Amino acid sequence: MNAPAWSPDQPIVSLKDVHKSFGSLEVIKGVSFDVMKGEVVCVIGPSGSGKSTLIRCVNALNDIQSGSIKVLGREVHSPDLDKLELRKMVGMVFQQYNLFPHKTALENVMMAPIKVLKRARAEAEESARALIRKVRLEGKEDAYPGELSGGQQQRVAIARSLAMAPDVMLFDEVTAALDPETVKEVLVTIKELAAEGMTCILVTHEMGFAREVADHIYFTDRGVIVEHGPPDTFFDSASDPRTREFLSQIL
Amino acid sequence: MDAFSEWFLWLHKEHGVKLTIFYDEWDRGRFLWGIWTTIRLSFVCIILSVVIGIVGAWLQMSRFVWVRSVVQGYIQFFRNTPPLIQLYFFYFAVDAALSGLLGTRGGVLDSFGWAVVSLSFFAGAFNVEIFRAGVEAVPRSTAEAAEALGYTRGQVYRYVTLPLAFRVSLPALNNNLINLLKTTTVAYAIAAPETLYVANQIWSDEYNVQEMMNVVWVVYIVLVGILVWLMNRWERSIRVPGFGR
Repeated sequence: MNAPAWSPDQPIVSLKDVHKSFGSLEVIKGVSFDVMKGEVVCVIGPSGSGKSTLIRCVNALNDIQSGSIKVLGREVHSPDLDKLELRKMVGMVFQQYNLFPHKTALENVMMAPIKVLKRARAEAEESARALIRKVRLEGKEDAYPGELSGGQQQRVAIARSLAMAPDVMLFDEVTAALDPETVKEVLVTIKELAAEGMTCILVTHEMGFAREVADHIYFTDRGVIVEHGPPDTFFDSASDPRTREFLSQIL
Repeated sequence: MDAFSEWFLWLHKEHGVKLTIFYDEWDRGRFLWGIWTTIRLSFVCIILSVVIGIVGAWLQMSRFVWVRSVVQGYIQFFRNTPPLIQLYFFYFAVDAALSGLLGTRGGVLDSFGWAVVSLSFFAGAFNVEIFRAGVEAVPRSTAEAAEALGYTRGQVYRYVTLPLAFRVSLPALNNNLINLLKTTTVAYAIAAPETLYVANQIWSDEYNVQEMMNVVWVVYIVLVGILVWLMNRWERSIRVPGFGR
């Protein structure tokens, strides 16, 4: 199959009328949005509104019932999608870090390039060390995840994902399991990534951070996008009563 | 004759303790061969049963119901029947059936070969369950992270699930492998020349049942001791800081 051409003037991620159910429970009821290259998009909303499920659909960890999700012009839920190709394009960071506990920080970062991309070990190790420095963990290369704090583990997880040189990064409530003090160190790392032009889709509860870093905010409730807009408009003059109620509880 | 043998000869002459294996060339030879056979039999069965366990636990995650049913049937059959009967079944029934089918004369495998097959399947059935428990203890989310990095299902199992499952499974695996080593004595029944079989030959010839029984105890205590020591060393060497305790 020839990969459909994608040019930078088209959305790098494009969702059209996406529906997703778990059994008879429909959790996403027709969501559409576009993300352009280099954009930072935050998805916020109450628990159980389908935010995490939505971004898990973008790299095919969840399937969808109908609609379309395209990443760099490729249909994610087409049967002849090359999953490896998709996962090279889309990196993901999880709430619970999900590091490989039997591998050191360095090995966690360099394993996928070696096993999946078949890169030479020396080359992979060199880039892995650079990424560990980038997330400010030099000196922790040989530590096991169990020896690192939550914030440190999450930064290793970000480096591990970056090692695959993705075009888009997905962040699924990556600070939700962290102590308030360590949240900041992870957010700084993400902010730096965003500043470098990485396309990011974040599901987050950090409203201050979302306001600061996002180009666009989407508010989801019960499986639909209730309201969206640039951060200033969104936070200061939300029009939908549901959004206003949510923001009043949080801010 | 060296001083060592002299001393055991003296022990026999003066005190009636008849340990021919220490001064009789022939008895020593066959007894050492028996121990060596036990070691080889245990070693091959340990390797094969672990391979069966790993493959079986992998197949139990298959999306095809019939594959899971076959594995389940295998486990039930070998776990719920006595190993001695399994051994007889392979050595007499399966061997005869295969010989007839292939037209070979004098059996397809010798007694050692059938002991390997039978005991590997026997211990393998337990290993499948042991590894399955380990695999189920690995959080789904850890495997999912590997998937998100582009690992194939096979790579996820090999590089993430299995290494973690192994660490969880090791204490139970130790128990089963120790049992396997001890169960190699059933090969006695089909005349595979392992420790118990040669000991029996020696005591029949030399009328030294008591002495040889004690020697057999010691041999198994030492062999199992070595296995336990190796497994513990291995367990320590793959221990990961902050995981599982």
